[in-house]
Amino acid sequence: MANLKTTEKKSKSQSMGMHTEVLTGRTQQKFFNPDEAENFYYFGTYDVDFNKRTDLDVKNMTAPEANKEIDNLMSQGYGTIVIKNPQGKHSLGVGILNKLNLIFEGSLGYFGMGSCDGPIVRINGRVGWSCAENLMAGKVVIEKNAGSCFGAAIRGGDLICKGSVGARTGIDMKGGTIIIGGDAGAFTGFMMQRGRIIILGDVGINLGDSMYDGTIFVGGEIGSYGSDAIDAELTKNDQDWLKRKLKVAEIGESFDLSKMKKIVAGKKLWNYDNLEPTEKKGAI
Amino acid sequence: MCGIAGLIHRGKSSNVGSELQGMLQALKHRGEDSTGYALYGDTDGKNFIMRFKVGENVGEGSSSVMEDVSVYDERKKVVDETLDEMGAKIVKEERVLPYSLRYEIDYNTKDLLDFSQRIESIPGVEILSMGKSLEVIKDLGNAKMVCDRYSLDKLVGTHAIGHARMATESGVDIKSAHPFWGYPFSDVSVVHNGQLTNYWNNRRALENKGMRFMSECDSELIAVYIAQKMREGASLEEGMKESLTGLDGVFTYFVATKDSLGMAKDTMAAKPLVLYESDELVAMGSEEIAIRSVLPQEIDTYDPFDGEVKVWQI
Repeated sequence: MANLKTTEKKSKSQSMGMHTEVLTGRTQQKFFNPDEAENFYYFGTYDVDFNKRTDLDVKNMTAPEANKEIDNLMSQGYGTIVIKNPQGKHSLGVGILNKLNLIFEGSLGYFGMGSCDGPIVRINGRVGWSCAENLMAGKVVIEKNAGSCFGAAIRGGDLICKGSVGARTGIDMKGGTIIIGGDAGAFTGFMMQRGRIIILGDVGINLGDSMYDGTIFVGGEIGSYGSDAIDAELTKNDQDWLKRKLKVAEIGESFDLSKMKKIVAGKKLWNYDNLEPTEKKGAI
Repeated sequence: MCGIAGLIHRGKSSNVGSELQGMLQALKHRGEDSTGYALYGDTDGKNFIMRFKVGENVGEGSSSVMEDVSVYDERKKVVDETLDEMGAKIVKEERVLPYSLRYEIDYNTKDLLDFSQRIESIPGVEILSMGKSLEVIKDLGNAKMVCDRYSLDKLVGTHAIGHARMATESGVDIKSAHPFWGYPFSDVSVVHNGQLTNYWNNRRALENKGMRFMSECDSELIAVYIAQKMREGASLEEGMKESLTGLDGVFTYFVATKDSLGMAKDTMAAKPLVLYESDELVAMGSEEIAIRSVLPQEIDTYDPFDGEVKVWQI
Protein backbone atom coordinates (compact mmCIF):
# COMPACT_ATOMS: atom_id res chain seq x y z
CA MET A 1 0.00 0.00 0.00
CA ALA A 2 1.55 3.24 -1.11
CA ASN A 3 2.01 6.40 0.94
CA LEU A 4 1.30 4.74 4.24
CA LYS A 5 3.59 5.28 7.15
CA THR A 6 4.31 2.32 9.36
CA THR A 7 4.78 2.92 13.05
CA GLU A 8 5.99 0.48 15.63
CA LYS A 9 4.86 2.59 18.56
CA LYS A 10 2.38 0.77 20.73
CA SER A 11 -0.46 2.75 22.18
CA LYS A 12 -1.97 2.22 25.61
CA SER A 13 -5.09 0.79 24.02
CA GLN A 14 -2.96 -1.78 22.23
CA SER A 15 -1.27 -2.81 25.45
CA MET A 16 -4.72 -3.40 26.93
CA GLY A 17 -5.60 -5.60 23.99
CA MET A 18 -8.38 -3.37 22.73
CA HIS A 19 -6.83 -3.75 19.33
CA THR A 20 -3.56 -5.45 18.55
CA GLU A 21 -2.60 -4.39 15.07
CA VAL A 22 -0.66 -1.19 14.45
CA LEU A 23 -2.95 1.27 12.70
CA THR A 24 -1.36 2.85 9.67
CA GLY A 25 -2.21 5.43 7.03
CA ARG A 26 -4.68 8.27 7.20
CA THR A 27 -7.21 7.54 9.88
CA GLN A 28 -10.90 7.64 9.17
CA GLN A 29 -11.53 8.49 12.79
CA LYS A 30 -12.84 11.99 13.50
CA PHE A 31 -11.78 13.68 16.69
CA PHE A 32 -14.05 15.98 18.60
CA ASN A 33 -13.33 19.68 18.29
CA PRO A 34 -15.39 21.93 20.60
CA ASP A 35 -15.28 24.69 18.00
CA GLU A 36 -17.11 22.45 15.60
CA ALA A 37 -19.63 21.15 18.13
CA GLU A 38 -22.60 22.08 15.99
CA ASN A 39 -21.35 19.76 13.28
CA PHE A 40 -21.74 16.80 15.61
CA TYR A 41 -25.50 17.10 15.85
CA TYR A 42 -27.64 15.07 13.55
CA PHE A 43 -30.05 16.91 11.31
CA GLY A 44 -33.43 17.15 12.95
CA THR A 45 -32.28 16.63 16.55
CA TYR A 46 -33.51 18.83 19.34
CA ASP A 47 -32.04 21.10 21.95
CA VAL A 48 -33.44 19.57 25.12
CA ASP A 49 -33.31 20.60 28.78
CA PHE A 50 -32.54 17.74 31.20
CA ASN A 51 -34.43 19.61 33.94
CA LYS A 52 -37.60 19.60 31.88
CA ARG A 53 -39.22 16.28 32.82
CA THR A 54 -42.40 14.48 31.86
CA ASP A 55 -44.08 11.06 32.10
CA LEU A 56 -45.39 9.06 29.16
CA ASP A 57 -47.77 6.12 29.71
CA VAL A 58 -47.43 3.75 26.71
CA LYS A 59 -49.81 1.07 27.98
CA ASN A 60 -52.31 1.59 25.17
CA MET A 61 -49.82 2.65 22.51
CA THR A 62 -48.13 0.65 19.81
CA ALA A 63 -44.34 0.88 19.60
CA PRO A 64 -44.39 3.31 16.62
CA GLU A 65 -46.89 5.52 18.45
CA ALA A 66 -44.76 5.51 21.61
CA ASN A 67 -41.55 6.27 19.69
CA LYS A 68 -43.25 9.09 17.80
CA GLU A 69 -44.46 10.57 21.08
CA ILE A 70 -40.94 10.43 22.55
CA ASP A 71 -39.76 12.35 19.49
CA ASN A 72 -42.60 14.82 19.92
CA LEU A 73 -41.68 15.42 23.58
CA MET A 74 -38.04 15.98 22.66
CA SER A 75 -39.16 18.53 20.07
CA GLN A 76 -40.85 20.39 22.94
CA GLY A 77 -37.55 20.49 24.81
CA TYR A 78 -38.16 17.71 27.33
CA GLY A 79 -34.78 16.28 28.29
CA THR A 80 -35.97 13.75 30.86
CA ILE A 81 -38.76 11.39 29.90
CA VAL A 82 -40.14 8.62 32.12
CA ILE A 83 -41.90 5.82 30.23
CA LYS A 84 -44.65 4.10 32.21
CA ASN A 85 -46.08 0.62 31.49
CA PRO A 86 -43.81 -0.54 28.65
CA GLN A 87 -45.09 -4.09 29.41
CA GLY A 88 -42.55 -5.96 27.31
CA LYS A 89 -43.37 -4.15 24.07
CA HIS A 90 -40.85 -4.53 21.26
CA SER A 91 -38.77 -1.81 19.60
CA LEU A 92 -39.33 0.90 22.18
CA GLY A 93 -36.90 3.84 22.19
CA VAL A 94 -35.28 2.98 18.87
CA GLY A 95 -33.41 5.44 16.69
CA ILE A 96 -32.90 8.22 19.24
CA LEU A 97 -30.02 10.35 17.91
CA ASN A 98 -30.27 12.94 20.64
CA LYS A 99 -29.02 13.66 24.11
CA LEU A 100 -31.81 12.61 26.43
CA ASN A 101 -32.45 11.11 29.86
CA LEU A 102 -34.84 8.26 29.26
CA ILE A 103 -36.20 6.09 32.07
CA PHE A 104 -38.36 3.01 31.55
CA GLU A 105 -40.49 1.98 34.53
CA GLY A 106 -40.81 -1.67 33.48
CA SER A 107 -39.53 -4.23 31.02
CA LEU A 108 -38.92 -4.05 27.27
CA GLY A 109 -39.29 -6.70 24.59
CA TYR A 110 -37.07 -7.22 21.56
CA PHE A 111 -34.87 -4.54 19.96
CA GLY A 112 -35.32 -2.02 22.77
CA MET A 113 -33.12 1.09 22.34
CA GLY A 114 -31.84 -0.15 18.98
CA SER A 115 -29.76 2.11 16.70
CA CYS A 116 -29.38 4.93 19.22
CA ASP A 117 -26.70 7.58 19.42
CA GLY A 118 -26.41 9.66 22.55
CA PRO A 119 -29.19 9.05 25.09
CA ILE A 120 -28.67 8.06 28.71
CA VAL A 121 -31.18 5.30 29.43
CA ARG A 122 -32.17 3.46 32.58
CA ILE A 123 -34.51 0.47 32.30
CA ASN A 124 -36.02 -0.54 35.62
CA GLY A 125 -36.90 -3.99 34.38
CA ARG A 126 -35.76 -6.64 31.94
CA VAL A 127 -35.01 -6.43 28.22
CA GLY A 128 -35.60 -8.99 25.48
CA TRP A 129 -33.37 -10.00 22.58
CA SER A 130 -31.06 -7.57 20.81
CA CYS A 131 -31.20 -4.72 23.30
CA ALA A 132 -29.32 -1.59 22.14
CA GLU A 133 -28.30 -3.20 18.86
CA ASN A 134 -26.03 -0.85 16.88
CA LEU A 135 -25.64 1.59 19.77
CA MET A 136 -23.26 4.38 18.68
CA ALA A 137 -22.88 6.41 21.87
CA GLY A 138 -24.59 7.00 25.19
CA LYS A 139 -25.29 4.75 28.13
CA VAL A 140 -27.98 2.11 28.63
CA VAL A 141 -28.42 0.55 32.08
CA ILE A 142 -30.68 -2.46 32.66
CA GLU A 143 -31.55 -3.15 36.27
CA LYS A 144 -32.66 -6.78 35.77
CA ASN A 145 -31.85 -9.50 33.20
CA ALA A 146 -31.42 -9.31 29.44
CA GLY A 147 -32.13 -11.70 26.57
CA SER A 148 -29.82 -12.98 23.86
CA CYS A 149 -27.82 -10.88 21.39
CA PHE A 150 -27.40 -8.19 24.03
CA GLY A 151 -25.48 -5.30 22.47
CA ALA A 152 -25.22 -6.89 19.04
CA ALA A 153 -23.00 -4.90 16.67
CA ILE A 154 -22.61 -1.90 18.98
CA ARG A 155 -20.08 0.70 17.86
CA GLY A 156 -19.73 2.69 21.04
CA GLY A 157 -21.26 3.70 24.34
CA ASP A 158 -21.71 1.77 27.55
CA LEU A 159 -24.25 -1.02 27.82
CA ILE A 160 -24.75 -2.30 31.35
CA CYS A 161 -26.90 -5.18 32.58
CA LYS A 162 -26.95 -5.66 36.33
CA GLY A 163 -28.47 -9.14 36.04
CA SER A 164 -27.69 -12.04 33.70
CA VAL A 165 -27.80 -12.09 29.91
CA GLY A 166 -28.58 -14.74 27.30
CA ALA A 167 -26.46 -16.12 24.45
CA ARG A 168 -24.36 -14.26 21.86
CA THR A 169 -23.82 -11.15 23.95
CA GLY A 170 -21.77 -8.61 21.99
CA ILE A 171 -21.99 -10.57 18.76
CA ASP A 172 -20.25 -8.65 15.98
CA MET A 173 -19.57 -5.65 18.25
CA LYS A 174 -17.27 -3.04 16.81
CA GLY A 175 -16.64 -0.80 19.79
CA GLY A 176 -18.00 0.37 23.11
CA THR A 177 -18.24 -1.51 26.38
CA ILE A 178 -20.68 -4.14 27.60
CA ILE A 179 -20.77 -4.81 31.35
CA ILE A 180 -22.66 -7.76 32.86
CA GLY A 181 -23.20 -8.02 36.60
CA GLY A 182 -24.35 -11.66 36.50
CA ASP A 183 -23.77 -14.58 34.15
CA ALA A 184 -23.68 -14.69 30.36
CA GLY A 185 -24.75 -17.46 27.97
CA ALA A 186 -23.04 -19.32 25.13
CA PHE A 187 -21.10 -17.65 22.30
CA THR A 188 -20.47 -14.44 24.22
CA GLY A 189 -18.34 -12.12 22.07
CA PHE A 190 -19.00 -14.19 18.95
CA MET A 191 -17.17 -12.57 16.00
CA MET A 192 -16.51 -9.36 17.94
CA GLN A 193 -14.21 -6.97 16.16
CA ARG A 194 -13.51 -4.22 18.69
CA GLY A 195 -14.63 -3.11 22.11
CA ARG A 196 -14.67 -4.71 25.52
CA ILE A 197 -16.98 -7.02 27.39
CA ILE A 198 -16.87 -7.41 31.17
CA ILE A 199 -18.69 -10.30 32.83
CA LEU A 200 -18.52 -10.54 36.59
CA GLY A 201 -20.21 -13.93 36.76
CA ASP A 202 -19.87 -17.18 34.82
CA VAL A 203 -20.00 -17.45 31.06
CA GLY A 204 -21.21 -20.32 28.84
CA ILE A 205 -19.56 -22.35 26.12
CA ASN A 206 -17.64 -21.02 23.11
CA LEU A 207 -16.58 -17.74 24.66
CA GLY A 208 -15.17 -15.32 22.08
CA ASP A 209 -15.67 -17.74 19.21
CA SER A 210 -14.06 -16.42 16.00
CA MET A 211 -13.35 -13.04 17.54
CA TYR A 212 -11.25 -10.76 15.35
CA ASP A 213 -10.15 -8.38 18.06
CA GLY A 214 -11.33 -6.72 21.25
CA THR A 215 -11.11 -7.89 24.84
CA ILE A 216 -13.30 -9.94 27.13
CA PHE A 217 -12.90 -9.92 30.91
CA VAL A 218 -14.52 -12.72 32.92
CA GLY A 219 -14.80 -12.84 36.69
CA GLY A 220 -16.32 -16.31 37.05
CA GLU A 221 -16.07 -19.71 35.40
CA ILE A 222 -15.77 -20.13 31.63
CA GLY A 223 -17.79 -22.95 30.03
CA SER A 224 -15.32 -23.29 27.16
CA TYR A 225 -13.27 -21.15 24.83
CA GLY A 226 -14.38 -20.64 21.24
CA SER A 227 -12.18 -20.90 18.18
CA ASP A 228 -9.20 -18.60 18.37
CA ALA A 229 -10.05 -17.12 21.79
CA ILE A 230 -7.02 -17.21 24.08
CA ASP A 231 -6.00 -16.04 27.53
CA ALA A 232 -3.94 -12.89 27.89
CA GLU A 233 -2.12 -11.31 30.80
CA LEU A 234 -4.21 -9.03 32.99
CA THR A 235 -2.10 -5.90 33.38
CA LYS A 236 -2.16 -3.06 35.88
CA ASN A 237 -3.61 -0.86 33.14
CA ASP A 238 -6.46 -3.33 32.72
CA GLN A 239 -7.23 -3.41 36.41
CA ASP A 240 -7.23 0.38 36.67
CA TRP A 241 -9.54 0.66 33.71
CA LEU A 242 -11.86 -2.07 35.05
CA LYS A 243 -12.06 -0.33 38.40
CA ARG A 244 -13.06 2.96 36.79
CA LYS A 245 -15.55 1.33 34.48
CA LEU A 246 -17.27 -0.72 37.19
CA LYS A 247 -17.56 2.32 39.38
CA VAL A 248 -19.32 4.22 36.61
CA ALA A 249 -21.55 1.18 36.02
CA GLU A 250 -22.42 1.06 39.75
CA ILE A 251 -21.78 -2.68 39.97
CA GLY A 252 -19.04 -4.92 41.28
CA GLU A 253 -17.23 -2.16 43.14
CA SER A 254 -15.99 -4.66 45.73
CA PHE A 255 -15.07 -7.28 43.12
CA ASP A 256 -11.53 -8.65 43.36
CA LEU A 257 -10.24 -7.53 39.97
CA SER A 258 -7.04 -9.55 40.25
CA LYS A 259 -9.17 -12.68 39.71
CA MET A 260 -10.41 -11.45 36.35
CA LYS A 261 -9.47 -13.48 33.30
CA LYS A 262 -8.62 -11.61 30.14
CA ILE A 263 -9.47 -13.17 26.79
CA VAL A 264 -8.34 -11.86 23.42
CA ALA A 265 -8.18 -13.08 19.81
CA GLY A 266 -5.39 -15.49 18.98
CA LYS A 267 -5.39 -14.15 15.40
CA LYS A 268 -4.87 -17.62 14.00
CA LEU A 269 -8.02 -17.62 11.90
CA TRP A 270 -7.46 -14.52 9.86
CA ASN A 271 -6.95 -10.85 10.49
CA TYR A 272 -9.06 -8.68 8.27
CA ASP A 273 -7.20 -5.45 8.99
CA ASN A 274 -3.87 -6.87 7.88
CA LEU A 275 -5.12 -7.91 4.47
CA GLU A 276 -4.42 -5.96 1.30
CA PRO A 277 -7.52 -4.56 -0.48
CA THR A 278 -7.34 -7.25 -3.15
CA GLU A 279 -7.12 -9.91 -0.47
CA LYS A 280 -10.10 -8.40 1.33
CA LYS A 281 -12.17 -8.72 -1.82
CA GLY A 282 -11.15 -12.34 -2.09
CA ALA A 283 -12.02 -12.98 1.53
CA ILE A 284 -15.46 -11.44 1.11
CA MET B 1 -40.62 -18.33 13.04
CA CYS B 2 -43.39 -19.78 15.30
CA GLY B 3 -44.14 -18.90 18.89
CA ILE B 4 -44.68 -21.15 21.88
CA ALA B 5 -46.20 -20.47 25.27
CA GLY B 6 -46.97 -22.45 28.38
CA LEU B 7 -48.02 -22.05 31.97
CA ILE B 8 -48.52 -24.20 35.02
CA HIS B 9 -50.41 -23.29 38.18
CA ARG B 10 -48.97 -24.98 41.22
CA GLY B 11 -51.45 -26.05 43.85
CA LYS B 12 -54.56 -24.64 42.19
CA SER B 13 -56.60 -24.53 39.01
CA SER B 14 -57.33 -21.58 36.79
CA ASN B 15 -58.95 -20.63 33.53
CA VAL B 16 -56.01 -21.98 31.49
CA GLY B 17 -57.96 -21.92 28.21
CA SER B 18 -58.45 -18.18 28.37
CA GLU B 19 -54.95 -17.54 29.75
CA LEU B 20 -53.24 -19.51 26.99
CA GLN B 21 -55.40 -17.82 24.37
CA GLY B 22 -54.11 -14.45 25.60
CA MET B 23 -50.51 -15.64 25.55
CA LEU B 24 -50.72 -17.10 22.05
CA GLN B 25 -52.62 -14.15 20.66
CA ALA B 26 -49.80 -11.90 21.89
CA LEU B 27 -47.47 -14.05 19.76
CA LYS B 28 -49.62 -14.10 16.64
CA HIS B 29 -47.06 -12.01 14.70
CA ARG B 30 -44.76 -15.05 14.95
CA GLY B 31 -47.18 -17.03 12.82
CA GLU B 32 -50.90 -17.48 12.42
CA ASP B 33 -51.06 -20.24 9.85
CA SER B 34 -52.38 -22.44 12.62
CA THR B 35 -52.67 -22.37 16.39
CA GLY B 36 -52.79 -25.26 18.79
CA TYR B 37 -53.63 -25.77 22.44
CA ALA B 38 -52.78 -28.63 24.80
CA LEU B 39 -54.99 -28.05 27.81
CA TYR B 40 -54.89 -30.10 31.01
CA GLY B 41 -58.37 -29.72 32.42
CA ASP B 42 -59.87 -30.61 35.76
CA THR B 43 -61.58 -33.98 35.38
CA ASP B 44 -62.62 -36.82 37.67
CA GLY B 45 -59.95 -38.98 35.98
CA LYS B 46 -62.32 -41.87 35.32
CA ASN B 47 -62.72 -41.62 31.56
CA PHE B 48 -60.35 -41.09 28.68
CA ILE B 49 -60.84 -37.96 26.61
CA MET B 50 -60.11 -38.55 22.95
CA ARG B 51 -59.79 -35.61 20.58
CA PHE B 52 -59.63 -36.78 17.01
CA LYS B 53 -60.27 -35.65 13.47
CA VAL B 54 -61.95 -37.44 10.60
CA GLY B 55 -60.85 -34.97 7.94
CA GLU B 56 -58.57 -32.01 7.28
CA ASN B 57 -58.86 -28.27 7.24
CA VAL B 58 -56.62 -27.69 4.24
CA GLY B 59 -54.44 -24.63 3.76
CA GLU B 60 -51.52 -23.66 1.55
CA GLY B 61 -49.03 -26.40 0.67
CA SER B 62 -50.97 -29.18 2.33
CA SER B 63 -50.73 -32.68 0.89
CA SER B 64 -54.30 -33.31 2.07
CA VAL B 65 -57.50 -32.52 0.18
CA MET B 66 -60.83 -31.11 1.26
CA GLU B 67 -63.54 -33.75 1.40
CA ASP B 68 -67.30 -33.84 1.58
CA VAL B 69 -68.95 -33.91 5.00
CA SER B 70 -70.56 -37.25 4.07
CA VAL B 71 -67.04 -38.77 4.06
CA TYR B 72 -66.52 -37.49 7.61
CA ASP B 73 -69.86 -39.02 8.65
CA GLU B 74 -68.84 -42.37 7.24
CA ARG B 75 -65.48 -42.32 9.06
CA LYS B 76 -67.13 -41.35 12.33
CA LYS B 77 -69.44 -44.29 11.97
CA VAL B 78 -66.48 -46.66 11.50
CA VAL B 79 -64.74 -45.15 14.57
CA ASP B 80 -67.89 -45.75 16.65
CA GLU B 81 -68.08 -49.34 15.47
CA THR B 82 -64.39 -49.95 16.21
CA LEU B 83 -64.72 -48.53 19.71
CA ASP B 84 -67.69 -50.79 20.28
CA GLU B 85 -65.69 -53.83 19.09
CA MET B 86 -62.89 -52.95 21.55
CA GLY B 87 -65.32 -52.63 24.43
CA ALA B 88 -64.83 -48.87 24.74
CA LYS B 89 -68.05 -47.15 25.77
CA ILE B 90 -68.67 -43.60 24.57
CA VAL B 91 -69.90 -41.69 27.63
CA LYS B 92 -70.09 -38.28 26.00
CA GLU B 93 -69.79 -37.16 22.41
CA GLU B 94 -69.22 -33.68 20.98
CA ARG B 95 -68.85 -32.88 17.30
CA VAL B 96 -67.29 -29.44 17.51
CA LEU B 97 -66.79 -29.12 13.76
CA PRO B 98 -67.69 -31.55 10.95
CA TYR B 99 -64.13 -32.91 10.95
CA SER B 100 -63.25 -32.52 14.64
CA LEU B 101 -64.66 -34.58 17.50
CA ARG B 102 -64.31 -35.00 21.25
CA TYR B 103 -65.27 -38.27 22.93
CA GLU B 104 -65.27 -39.19 26.59
CA ILE B 105 -64.65 -42.93 26.69
CA ASP B 106 -65.03 -45.48 29.43
CA TYR B 107 -62.20 -47.87 28.56
CA ASN B 108 -60.00 -49.84 30.88
CA THR B 109 -56.45 -50.12 29.56
CA LYS B 110 -52.96 -48.98 30.38
CA ASP B 111 -51.60 -49.63 26.91
CA LEU B 112 -52.92 -47.19 24.38
CA LEU B 113 -50.73 -48.48 21.57
CA ASP B 114 -53.11 -51.19 20.38
CA PHE B 115 -56.11 -48.91 20.89
CA SER B 116 -54.52 -46.06 18.88
CA GLN B 117 -53.34 -48.33 16.09
CA ARG B 118 -56.84 -49.71 15.58
CA ILE B 119 -58.48 -46.30 15.53
CA GLU B 120 -55.86 -44.81 13.22
CA SER B 121 -56.03 -47.79 10.88
CA ILE B 122 -59.27 -46.19 9.68
CA PRO B 123 -58.24 -44.08 6.66
CA GLY B 124 -58.42 -40.33 7.29
CA VAL B 125 -58.72 -40.67 11.07
CA GLU B 126 -56.08 -39.21 13.40
CA ILE B 127 -56.13 -39.09 17.17
CA LEU B 128 -55.02 -35.59 18.23
CA SER B 129 -54.79 -36.52 21.89
CA MET B 130 -55.69 -39.23 24.33
CA GLY B 131 -55.62 -38.95 28.08
CA LYS B 132 -57.49 -38.53 31.33
CA SER B 133 -56.81 -34.80 31.42
CA LEU B 134 -55.15 -33.70 28.16
CA GLU B 135 -57.08 -32.20 25.27
CA VAL B 136 -55.23 -31.13 22.12
CA ILE B 137 -57.13 -28.67 19.98
CA LYS B 138 -55.51 -27.31 16.83
CA ASP B 139 -56.75 -25.70 13.68
CA LEU B 140 -55.95 -23.05 11.10
CA GLY B 141 -55.93 -19.39 12.10
CA ASN B 142 -54.71 -17.36 15.04
CA ALA B 143 -55.25 -18.08 18.74
CA LYS B 144 -58.47 -16.15 19.08
CA MET B 145 -60.01 -17.69 15.98
CA VAL B 146 -59.27 -21.23 17.18
CA CYS B 147 -60.34 -20.44 20.74
CA ASP B 148 -63.67 -19.02 19.55
CA ARG B 149 -64.23 -21.88 17.10
CA TYR B 150 -63.74 -24.51 19.81
CA SER B 151 -65.06 -22.49 22.82
CA LEU B 152 -61.87 -22.97 24.80
CA ASP B 153 -62.02 -19.83 26.92
CA LYS B 154 -64.03 -21.49 29.68
CA LEU B 155 -61.73 -24.47 30.18
CA VAL B 156 -60.44 -24.73 33.74
CA GLY B 157 -57.30 -26.69 34.55
CA THR B 158 -53.83 -26.66 36.00
CA HIS B 159 -51.52 -26.24 33.04
CA ALA B 160 -51.34 -25.78 29.29
CA ILE B 161 -48.94 -25.39 26.38
CA GLY B 162 -49.61 -23.91 22.97
CA HIS B 163 -48.16 -22.97 19.63
CA ALA B 164 -48.62 -20.24 17.04
CA ARG B 165 -47.31 -21.62 13.76
CA MET B 166 -45.68 -20.10 10.74
CA ALA B 167 -45.48 -23.08 8.41
CA THR B 168 -42.00 -23.64 6.99
CA GLU B 169 -41.23 -27.36 6.98
CA SER B 170 -44.60 -28.69 5.89
CA GLY B 171 -48.00 -27.60 4.68
CA VAL B 172 -50.71 -25.59 6.39
CA ASP B 173 -53.10 -28.15 7.81
CA ILE B 174 -54.14 -29.66 11.12
CA LYS B 175 -51.92 -32.72 10.90
CA SER B 176 -48.79 -30.52 10.74
CA ALA B 177 -49.96 -28.15 13.46
CA HIS B 178 -48.70 -28.31 17.02
CA PRO B 179 -49.06 -29.51 19.76
CA PHE B 180 -48.24 -33.12 19.03
CA TRP B 181 -49.51 -35.89 21.20
CA GLY B 182 -46.77 -38.09 22.70
CA TYR B 183 -48.26 -41.19 21.07
CA PRO B 184 -49.04 -43.68 22.56
CA PHE B 185 -48.63 -42.20 26.03
CA SER B 186 -51.66 -40.90 27.86
CA ASP B 187 -51.58 -37.15 28.58
CA VAL B 188 -48.22 -36.31 26.93
CA SER B 189 -47.97 -33.35 24.54
CA VAL B 190 -45.20 -31.33 22.88
CA VAL B 191 -44.77 -27.92 21.24
CA HIS B 192 -41.60 -26.80 19.50
CA ASN B 193 -40.00 -23.71 18.02
CA GLY B 194 -37.03 -24.33 15.75
CA GLN B 195 -35.72 -26.71 13.11
CA LEU B 196 -34.42 -30.24 13.50
CA THR B 197 -31.74 -31.25 11.02
CA ASN B 198 -31.54 -34.97 11.74
CA TYR B 199 -35.27 -35.53 11.39
CA TRP B 200 -35.18 -38.26 8.74
CA ASN B 201 -32.40 -40.27 10.38
CA ASN B 202 -34.27 -40.27 13.68
CA ARG B 203 -37.62 -40.89 12.03
CA ARG B 204 -36.40 -44.01 10.22
CA ALA B 205 -34.83 -45.36 13.40
CA LEU B 206 -37.95 -44.72 15.45
CA GLU B 207 -40.29 -46.16 12.81
CA ASN B 208 -38.19 -49.32 12.87
CA LYS B 209 -38.96 -49.49 16.59
CA GLY B 210 -42.69 -49.34 15.88
CA MET B 211 -43.33 -45.65 16.54
CA ARG B 212 -45.80 -43.79 14.32
CA PHE B 213 -45.52 -40.44 12.51
CA MET B 214 -48.65 -38.76 11.21
CA SER B 215 -47.12 -35.68 9.56
CA GLU B 216 -43.92 -34.59 7.85
CA CYS B 217 -43.41 -31.82 10.37
CA ASP B 218 -39.98 -32.09 12.03
CA SER B 219 -41.44 -31.06 15.38
CA GLU B 220 -43.42 -34.28 15.60
CA LEU B 221 -40.07 -36.02 16.04
CA ILE B 222 -39.66 -34.51 19.51
CA ALA B 223 -42.93 -36.00 20.73
CA VAL B 224 -42.07 -39.40 19.27
CA TYR B 225 -38.47 -39.24 20.51
CA ILE B 226 -39.51 -38.44 24.09
CA ALA B 227 -42.26 -41.06 23.98
CA GLN B 228 -39.76 -43.69 22.85
CA LYS B 229 -37.37 -42.76 25.67
CA MET B 230 -40.22 -43.10 28.16
CA ARG B 231 -41.12 -46.46 26.64
CA GLU B 232 -37.56 -47.55 27.33
CA GLY B 233 -37.98 -46.58 30.98
CA ALA B 234 -36.61 -43.04 31.13
CA SER B 235 -38.35 -40.34 33.12
CA LEU B 236 -39.64 -37.27 31.32
CA GLU B 237 -36.67 -35.21 32.48
CA GLU B 238 -34.17 -37.92 31.50
CA GLY B 239 -35.73 -38.18 28.05
CA MET B 240 -35.56 -34.43 27.60
CA LYS B 241 -31.90 -34.32 28.64
CA GLU B 242 -31.05 -37.05 26.17
CA SER B 243 -32.79 -35.09 23.44
CA LEU B 244 -30.19 -32.32 23.74
CA THR B 245 -27.65 -34.59 22.07
CA GLY B 246 -30.00 -36.96 20.24
CA LEU B 247 -31.73 -34.17 18.33
CA ASP B 248 -29.65 -31.96 16.07
CA GLY B 249 -30.63 -28.43 15.15
CA VAL B 250 -31.96 -25.40 16.93
CA PHE B 251 -34.90 -25.75 19.24
CA THR B 252 -36.79 -24.68 22.27
CA TYR B 253 -39.60 -27.02 23.18
CA PHE B 254 -42.11 -27.72 25.95
CA VAL B 255 -43.40 -31.11 27.05
CA ALA B 256 -46.38 -31.52 29.33
CA THR B 257 -47.73 -34.56 31.14
CA LYS B 258 -50.74 -34.99 33.40
CA ASP B 259 -48.98 -33.40 36.36
CA SER B 260 -45.86 -31.68 35.00
CA LEU B 261 -44.51 -29.20 32.50
CA GLY B 262 -40.98 -29.12 31.13
CA MET B 263 -38.81 -27.01 28.85
CA ALA B 264 -35.61 -27.73 26.95
CA LYS B 265 -33.31 -25.44 25.04
CA ASP B 266 -30.68 -26.56 22.54
CA THR B 267 -26.96 -26.14 23.16
CA MET B 268 -26.72 -23.17 20.78
CA ALA B 269 -29.52 -21.28 22.55
CA ALA B 270 -30.60 -20.14 19.12
CA LYS B 271 -34.31 -20.02 19.83
CA PRO B 272 -35.84 -17.59 22.28
CA LEU B 273 -37.54 -18.30 25.57
CA VAL B 274 -38.48 -16.00 28.42
CA LEU B 275 -39.38 -17.53 31.74
CA TYR B 276 -41.22 -16.38 34.83
CA GLU B 277 -41.11 -18.65 37.87
CA SER B 278 -42.76 -18.34 41.27
CA ASP B 279 -44.12 -20.73 43.90
CA GLU B 280 -47.64 -20.36 42.49
CA LEU B 281 -47.12 -20.02 38.77
CA VAL B 282 -44.62 -20.71 36.00
CA ALA B 283 -45.27 -18.91 32.72
CA MET B 284 -43.03 -18.98 29.67
CA GLY B 285 -43.11 -17.96 26.07
CA SER B 286 -41.06 -17.05 23.04
CA GLU B 287 -41.44 -13.39 23.98
CA GLU B 288 -42.09 -11.48 27.16
CA ILE B 289 -45.32 -10.00 25.83
CA ALA B 290 -46.86 -13.47 26.06
CA ILE B 291 -46.17 -13.56 29.80
CA ARG B 292 -47.40 -9.97 30.15
CA SER B 293 -50.83 -11.01 28.93
CA VAL B 294 -51.32 -13.00 32.16
CA LEU B 295 -49.00 -11.01 34.45
CA PRO B 296 -49.23 -7.32 33.53
CA GLN B 297 -47.56 -6.19 36.74
CA GLU B 298 -43.78 -5.76 36.95
CA ILE B 299 -42.15 -9.17 37.46
CA ASP B 300 -38.71 -10.75 37.22
CA THR B 301 -38.17 -12.82 34.10
CA TYR B 302 -35.09 -14.38 32.55
CA ASP B 303 -33.83 -16.33 29.55
CA PRO B 304 -32.85 -19.93 30.33
CA PHE B 305 -29.31 -20.69 29.16
CA ASP B 306 -28.14 -23.04 26.41
CA GLY B 307 -28.65 -26.75 27.06
CA GLU B 308 -31.01 -26.11 29.96
CA VAL B 309 -33.79 -28.52 30.91
CA LYS B 310 -36.35 -27.72 33.58
CA VAL B 311 -39.43 -29.59 34.78
CA TRP B 312 -42.12 -28.32 37.15
CA GLN B 313 -44.88 -30.24 38.93
CA ILE B 314 -48.43 -28.96 39.53
